[in-house]
Order: sequence, then C-alpha cells, then structure tokens
Amino acid sequence: MAIPSYATPAERVWYYSFRVICGLIFFFLLAPIIIMIPLSFNAQPYFTFTREMVTLNPEGYSLRWYEDLFSSDSWMRSIRNSFIIGIAATFLATTLGTLAALGLSRSQMPFKGLIMGILISPMIVPLIISAAGMFFFFSSVNLAQTYLGVILAHTALGTPFVVITVTATLVGFDHSLTRAAANLGASPTRTFFKITMPLILPGVISGALFAFITSFDEIVIVLFVAGVEQRTIPREMWSGIRESISPTILAVATILVLISIALLTTVELLRRRSERIRGMSPG
Amino acid sequence: MVGNDHDTAFVKFDRVQKSYDGETLVVKDLNLGIGKGEFMTMLGPSGSGKTTCLMMLAGFETATFGDILLDGKPINNIPPHKRGIGMVFQNYALFPHMTVGENLSFPLEVRGMGKDEREKKVKRALDMVEMGKFGGRRPAQLSGGQQQRIALARALVFEPELVLMDEPLGALDKNLREQMQFEIKHIHDNLGVTVVYVTHDQSEALTMSDRIAVFDDGRIQQLATPDDLYERPENAFVAAFIGENNTLRGKVVGVDGDHCTVRLDDGSKVEALAVNIEGEGARSTLSLRPERVSIAPETADNVFEGVVQELIYLGDHIRVRVSVGGNDDFIVKVPNSANGRQVKKGETLKLGWSKADCRALDPS
Repeated sequence: MAIPSYATPAERVWYYSFRVICGLIFFFLLAPIIIMIPLSFNAQPYFTFTREMVTLNPEGYSLRWYEDLFSSDSWMRSIRNSFIIGIAATFLATTLGTLAALGLSRSQMPFKGLIMGILISPMIVPLIISAAGMFFFFSSVNLAQTYLGVILAHTALGTPFVVITVTATLVGFDHSLTRAAANLGASPTRTFFKITMPLILPGVISGALFAFITSFDEIVIVLFVAGVEQRTIPREMWSGIRESISPTILAVATILVLISIALLTTVELLRRRSERIRGMSPG
Repeated sequence: MVGNDHDTAFVKFDRVQKSYDGETLVVKDLNLGIGKGEFMTMLGPSGSGKTTCLMMLAGFETATFGDILLDGKPINNIPPHKRGIGMVFQNYALFPHMTVGENLSFPLEVRGMGKDEREKKVKRALDMVEMGKFGGRRPAQLSGGQQQRIALARALVFEPELVLMDEPLGALDKNLREQMQFEIKHIHDNLGVTVVYVTHDQSEALTMSDRIAVFDDGRIQQLATPDDLYERPENAFVAAFIGENNTLRGKVVGVDGDHCTVRLDDGSKVEALAVNIEGEGARSTLSLRPERVSIAPETADNVFEGVVQELIYLGDHIRVRVSVGGNDDFIVKVPNSANGRQVKKGETLKLGWSKADCRALDPS
C-alpha cells in the first residue's frame, strides 16, 4: 500500500505516523515476552541484564536454569501433570464440542441460540466465578483435589473453543455431501467418519489446540480445585514467584512460549489447508 | 418401454402428499407410475413440488400421506442408504477430499466389493463418460462439465436400477448442456436404467424424456409424451409453460361437437378445438402456437388482420409481434428464406390459422 501520488501533506504525515503507532503496539505486546528469552540464559540469579550479557560476553550466559528445571522433581511433576490434564481435557472437550457443533448445525435443531449461549458461557463468565463454583460443587462430590476434577473443569473451559471452530467449519460444509454418501449406500456412521470428519478435521484440530492451550495456561481453576498432587506448570510458576524468586521460571516461560508458537503455527497452517480444500470444492 | 400401466409400474406414487409445516401441502395427491427403463421427467417452475417428489423417492424427505412403491414394495420406511437408488445432485456433490477414482469406488467399498472388482467397475464407469484418464484427479481440478460426468458415473457405477437426477445440467453453459443432454440420453438407452429427471428447462425435458410430468402448485398438470405435451396441451398452464404460445381470451358462444366458437373480448369470433371448456357461456383461454399461424393465407378457418408492432431478428427466423384480437403480444414466426416475405413495422398483416391448431382451454 504505497502512498498515492495525489496524497496531501496531512495524508503523508498520517501514513507514516500510522505505521509508527502500529509498531509501538506490537512492541508493547511482544517486548515482555521476548525479553524473557535472553534473560532465561542468565548466568546470574537475577531478573535483569548483567554487564556480561549486554556486552555479549559468553560468560554472561548459561543453561543453569534449564538444568535446574529438568533436575527438579516438583517442576518435572508439574510438567507431567500439565500434559496429563491438558491432553485428557483436550480429548474430552474435542469429542463433546464436535458433537455439539454437529447437532447445532442441523436446521431442525430447536433452541439453537440458547444452547449455543450455554455451551460457550464458560468463555464469558468470569473465571474466578466458575472456579469458585466448581470448588464448592467438586468438594461436595469428592472431585476436589483429584485429577478427574481438574480434567473435567478444564474440559468445560475448552469445549467452547471446539464448538466455535467446528461450527465455523460447518458453515461452509455442503450438506448435500452427506446426502450423496447416504444415497451411495453409506450408513450414517460411515458417512460421518469417511465424509464429514475428514472435511471438518481442520476445524476440529484447531479447536483441540485452543482447548489444549487453555488448559495448559490455566491457573485460577487449578488454584481452587487442584491439590499438591495435581500442580500444573502455571501453578508451580505461581508458587515459584511467591516463594523463591529464581530465573528457573524464565526457562519455563521460554519453553511455554515456544510451545505456544508451535501450536499457533499449526492452527494457521490448518486454517490455510481448510481454506484451500473449501475453495476447491464445487458449488 | 413406456409404463402406462399404473399397477405394474416400477416406481409408483400412490396418493402421496407432502407438507413441511403441517398446514400447506407442497405436493397434493400425487399419483404417478413410472415404467421400468423409462426416462421420466418432472418439469415445473420452482416451488411446484417436483424436487420434493424426487427427495421423497430418494428418502431424504418423508411423505406426509400416501405410499411410494419401488418394484412393488413400499419404501416409506427404508432409510436412504438402503434404497439402492443412484442420484446425480444439482451441485454434483462430489467428495472434495477424494480423487475421482475414490469417489467412484466409494459406493462399491460400502457394498464390500473386493479391490480388483472395484477397479474394474470404476474404470468401466469412467470410460463410459469418457473420463478414463481422470481417475487420479481431485474434483476441484476438473471443469464443471467434467465434474458433471463424474457425478453421473458415480451414480451409475454401482449399477442401480433407478437413477434420479436433480437439475444436473443447471450449472453448465448452453452448448455443454445440449451435449450432455444427448450423452445422458445415450447412456440411458444403452444401460436401460429407469431415470427420473427433474428440471425447470422445458427444452431439456422435450429432448430427453419418454414422458414428462408437468408440475404446478403441487399437482401434475399433464402427464404425456413430449410431442403430445407440445401439440396437445390440456390446460392453459401447460400451454403457456411448454414452448411459445399465443393466448387469446374470450367467452364460448357456441359448441359444435369437438369444436367451439369463442367470442374474443374485442368482439371478433374464433373457431377453435374444444379441449377443456366448461360449456357455452364459460370463459376460455385459446392457445395457438406461433408456428401454426400463416401469413396471407388463401383459405383458413380463422382469418384476422393485425398491425405489426415489433420485429425481432433471430437469424433463422424473424419474430413478428402483432396486435390481434385485443392481444398486443401475438407472436408470428416468419422464416428468413431468400424469397421470403418482407415484413415492416406498422404494416397490416393478414393472418390465418386452422381451428384444429387453436385449442380452447380453461380460463387462467
């Protein structure tokens, strides 16, 4: 978008200041995240840049906080917990969310708007309220301080993402394809796995990734519902900051940032793939 | 081949009604028998109930009342995937994530057919539609006409006895559409399958069908062979819907056996064939095909004078719009031959037609 030759001086000034403002916004968003990455290689137990680091002296850098992280039992346990809870909650949320989206996409489904609203309410209700509610409810049914309790709570948080992404994919879904499959002799189950599922898969996967990130990042519910046994990475970082200020947290944060980038890249690639398939489909 | 016998029909609609909302009937009391091997077209404007009938036959809609029988057996309670009816969809409905070969193989796989046999049948079906080299392509890499061929091959590959086609040529351009009409007709003749074809394009229906059921307002207005439908329409809707048609309105003033005299609203009298009139004194619509009107006839049952309003040049003939008997849209076709008559705007033409060609129908 070059400046057109007929632009007035005021338009030229705005053209450049617009870009500067955008740059500042990106800086504001990214700086706190990016700054952690070099700091996590700090050789000293500080959260600031040392003189050696600034002068790029190799002695100012080390992997000691990563070593610390991978040799600590409590950190390793929290990493394991995060993956167990994240993967289980993702699996449940994806299954339930996909089924819900398929049901909601049917034209004869009554009360669509209401049901959709209820399903995505965990995204809208303040987390602390959900968390407090779950705490009291789970305590009375013996689910508090259990893996199952945390998994179910995270499932509730992740499902809306799956419902939304799969519903969006189904908007472009040509329902005459399922009719064609039935006409060719395929049972409804076979039609689902051979026709519907492959075509909505990008939506299902990106929903699943969002559900996983939601569970992976979540701390409020973990604070309320999880016990010492179920501590996840964010929960461990939270105690780490409060109790022992150690740059190990920066190492964890760096790893989390890298995982998030990898997941978001996957989402974007899937989105492009689905767009390509949809753009190619007839009609 | 034409299954006129309602009781031994291969496909039979017996007093079928359909309502989507429980109040208005989209299909009203449909009775139709389709013979084995017949090419039956359901023709009608949109909203006439023709597609609903096809969907009921395919099993995607259920009849509110009445029975649909396939080969003598009621199929109301058989789900679509167990009916074994082939179908070509309006938008082709090819599976975009599968290759052409996989699309064709799908119905065979579902039926548990072995790999060798599947490959043989897929190849034969692709060769039939002259798409033998395209088995490895994705549907999106094909043109509209090619996709249409694949959709046709997929509907036929599992050798169904009945194939339904829901406006399959609607998305193609005119030339391709005409070419595909012939191909579908040839395939039908070669395989001997029964075809139920839905379209709103009358020329498509006239070209391809053994019989045509003209739908309007949820009812069959006329069920006849193409030539009967064009030459002997039984009511004003069919006359107006099929082909070009001149209408003159008036009141029946005399009936004499098969013929009647109708006084037009401007006072002139026309001799016509009494087809669908309620008797003397009733209003009637007269239907007359433009090509049956002759210019400057020596003798004719009806002779009128008309003023030329407009000339439309169409290459092989010239459409002449004349005002006759109170109708300003009276069309006459003048062949564009070398020694043909020159017609000029504003000129008064003497027109004539035989009473056998002028059909007195219901008032519309």
